[in-house]
Amino acid sequence: MRKVLLATGLSLMVMQTSALRADEALDKLAKDPKQWVMQQGDDANTRFSKLKQINASNVKKLQVAWTFSTGVLRGHEGGPLVVGDVMYVHTPFPNTVYALDLNHEGKIIWKYEPRQDPNVIPIMCCDTVNRGVAYADGKIFLHQADTTLVALDAKTGAKVWSVMDGEAGKGQSGTDAPFVFKDKVLVGVSGGEFGVRGWVSAYNIKDGKLAWRGYSEGPDSDTLIDPEKTTSLGKPVGPDSSIKTWQGDQWKIGGGATWGWYSYDPELNLVYYGSGNPSTWNPVQRPGDNKWSMSIWARDLDTGKVKWIYQMTPHDEWDYDGVNEMILTDQKIGGKMRKVLTHFDRNGFGYTLDRATGELLVAEKFDPVVNWATKIDMDKSSKTYGRPLVVDAYSTQHGGEDHNSKGICPAALGTKDEQPAAYSPETQLFYVPTNHVCMDYEPYKVAYTAGQAYVGAAVAMYPPKGDSNMGNFIAWDGKTGKIVWSNKEQFSAWGGALATAGGVVFYGTLEGYLKAVDAKTGKELYKFKTPSGIIGNVMTYEHGGKQYIAVLSGVGGWAGIGLAAGLLQPQNAAAWHNAVDQGKLPTKDKTVDTAGLGAVGGYAGLASYTSLGGTLTVFALPSE
Amino acid sequence: MKIKTWKFVLAVVAGVLVSGVAHADGSGDPAVASSDNGKYMDKDGNPTYKISPDGTVDWYTFSGFRRYHSDCHVCHGPNGEGSSYAPALANSLKTLSYSDFINVVTNGRKNVNAANDKVMPSFATNVNVMCYIDDIYVYLRARANGAIPGGRPPSHEDKSEAAKKAEESCTGIK
Repeated sequence: MRKVLLATGLSLMVMQTSALRADEALDKLAKDPKQWVMQQGDDANTRFSKLKQINASNVKKLQVAWTFSTGVLRGHEGGPLVVGDVMYVHTPFPNTVYALDLNHEGKIIWKYEPRQDPNVIPIMCCDTVNRGVAYADGKIFLHQADTTLVALDAKTGAKVWSVMDGEAGKGQSGTDAPFVFKDKVLVGVSGGEFGVRGWVSAYNIKDGKLAWRGYSEGPDSDTLIDPEKTTSLGKPVGPDSSIKTWQGDQWKIGGGATWGWYSYDPELNLVYYGSGNPSTWNPVQRPGDNKWSMSIWARDLDTGKVKWIYQMTPHDEWDYDGVNEMILTDQKIGGKMRKVLTHFDRNGFGYTLDRATGELLVAEKFDPVVNWATKIDMDKSSKTYGRPLVVDAYSTQHGGEDHNSKGICPAALGTKDEQPAAYSPETQLFYVPTNHVCMDYEPYKVAYTAGQAYVGAAVAMYPPKGDSNMGNFIAWDGKTGKIVWSNKEQFSAWGGALATAGGVVFYGTLEGYLKAVDAKTGKELYKFKTPSGIIGNVMTYEHGGKQYIAVLSGVGGWAGIGLAAGLLQPQNAAAWHNAVDQGKLPTKDKTVDTAGLGAVGGYAGLASYTSLGGTLTVFALPSE
Repeated sequence: MKIKTWKFVLAVVAGVLVSGVAHADGSGDPAVASSDNGKYMDKDGNPTYKISPDGTVDWYTFSGFRRYHSDCHVCHGPNGEGSSYAPALANSLKTLSYSDFINVVTNGRKNVNAANDKVMPSFATNVNVMCYIDDIYVYLRARANGAIPGGRPPSHEDKSEAAKKAEESCTGIK
């Protein structure tokens, strides 16, 4: 009897240590700056590297070391991983994965190409992007377009296990990278424009068994919200906090997709991510706060239970998805060191929260043109505490169905979309690629059909009045909520940033430039035009004693839809204006809005600058 | 030089809006031959657009502009001008006929091979598209013929009672 007990105890111990071992091994790898073993560089989403061979004084000498064509034309988001002597490169649909041998000039060790039903292509609202693979426990994890999560043997590319997380026939698709924290691999879902009900799934990395799944909407048993223990802004949320903010059964097609960059605090054992827009884009059709779309979530990694939650944009009226990354840092705020979470939302506000409690510390606009809300109410005694104070003129709910609300900033793309920001602990600044675009938005009634688009608004986008730049690359102080410096970009800055100990920050632009700027001043130190527009994220690694900078180019994504043909065509507005002026004035709508009119010649379609094609470009300093 | 070209473009577009220069697209001559409750047809009975000299568009062209910019533009780009992966329909309709258009929207189209992964889904079950398919067609037909520039038409004819009734019975939404 005693022996049996001992044996059981022993095997339990073995199981536990092996689970821990995978986790510890990954942590150890992530701490080695020579490798880049996670899409975001670390669990905290900082995208910071301690490498400093390339620095502010020598970065101007950067050269292309080698390149690699992915063989796929569509938009390339995310970036490669480097584990040991191997680089792992992914592509958009068909979601090919390559393992490249860094010891042999990038020779292909293995290639994996899943077979997927091409019918998944048109349910991917904004191009067939994929945001990269994850690594742990000798496996490469790939989240395919059709929502399959597959674990591949990192050495051979052979399939170890695979699981189907959703149903493409219902408009559910996979675009986000998998995220490995401890012994689990997490994936979200895309399809906010197809009336999905968003969720997060956690699978065991060993065998692909589902550990838990938490929905964005629905009864507490689905959302894994505890009415007493889960808090929002310091107070328990109470029973049925989600479904009581929806009319009837609308929560079942309520959106709240979950395709952003997840982060994890091992001390608190909490996972952080954001949920997206409620479906449809017509706010009038779905009365209520539509919880918990548009929210920041903190879930226990082991159980999925929600520790705290904060809805940034209740009852969305603009498609300001809350999916953007949560960056975890320790900073001094109000004279006290705090474990904080910083988030740059599509809605144009940069939020800093206490990540242990969900307390709101800072919420300020990170683009001065943001106009849909005057501010976030920070008065704890106010009835509207924590809510945006919405301006009627820019409220598409207030304007109502079939009314075109004009001049709303930011546009549906958000002041920032998925392109991840970086944080340098040395400057204590966040480096944020942003969009600088406004819109007209006209909602109208739509009907839901499973697997079909469920949008319900017509949107037109253009740069803010008087401006010709559609993007900015900014440095942000998350402690005070202030822009420290801001560089104009002709197009949205849609590439993910990298900060380094060399005092250099890197990012890519839609025209295809890889740029290096001084972390302190923003001064441009280097640029190189890669073969196509960049919507991927810059990463760095060291191999054979040399530091490399790598980025995927390959224009596309949402940016490729709006900008490819020329989002900004002042001649359109001018032509309408001219026609109306010279003829008899029409009986209604006597004026033509020329908000889209700007400096003529300052705008031209992105198609004039770049074309499709996935290429990895790797940079290094020349050998002495 | 730039400014001169610019003025020329404006003059041409404005001229089109005013005089209705003869054109032909995939369905032939788009000139209005008949009308029924604010809906306009060409000589072959295919739906077409009507643009008044002051820039006022018929209801269906306006409605098509809205519906296009919800369900179609997410792939085909604003104003029918295409995206990095889907064709510019303002060009396609120069050769696609009305029946071709209906066929592709209803049944979808696939072009998947080594160089392409283009898939147009079938919209047959999507009432947000199928109940407005003529609206979307006439909007794109107007774009294909250069009869209207991109952007939102500033004024439009009223929505007829017939249009309201047809919409209600087709979508089931009141």
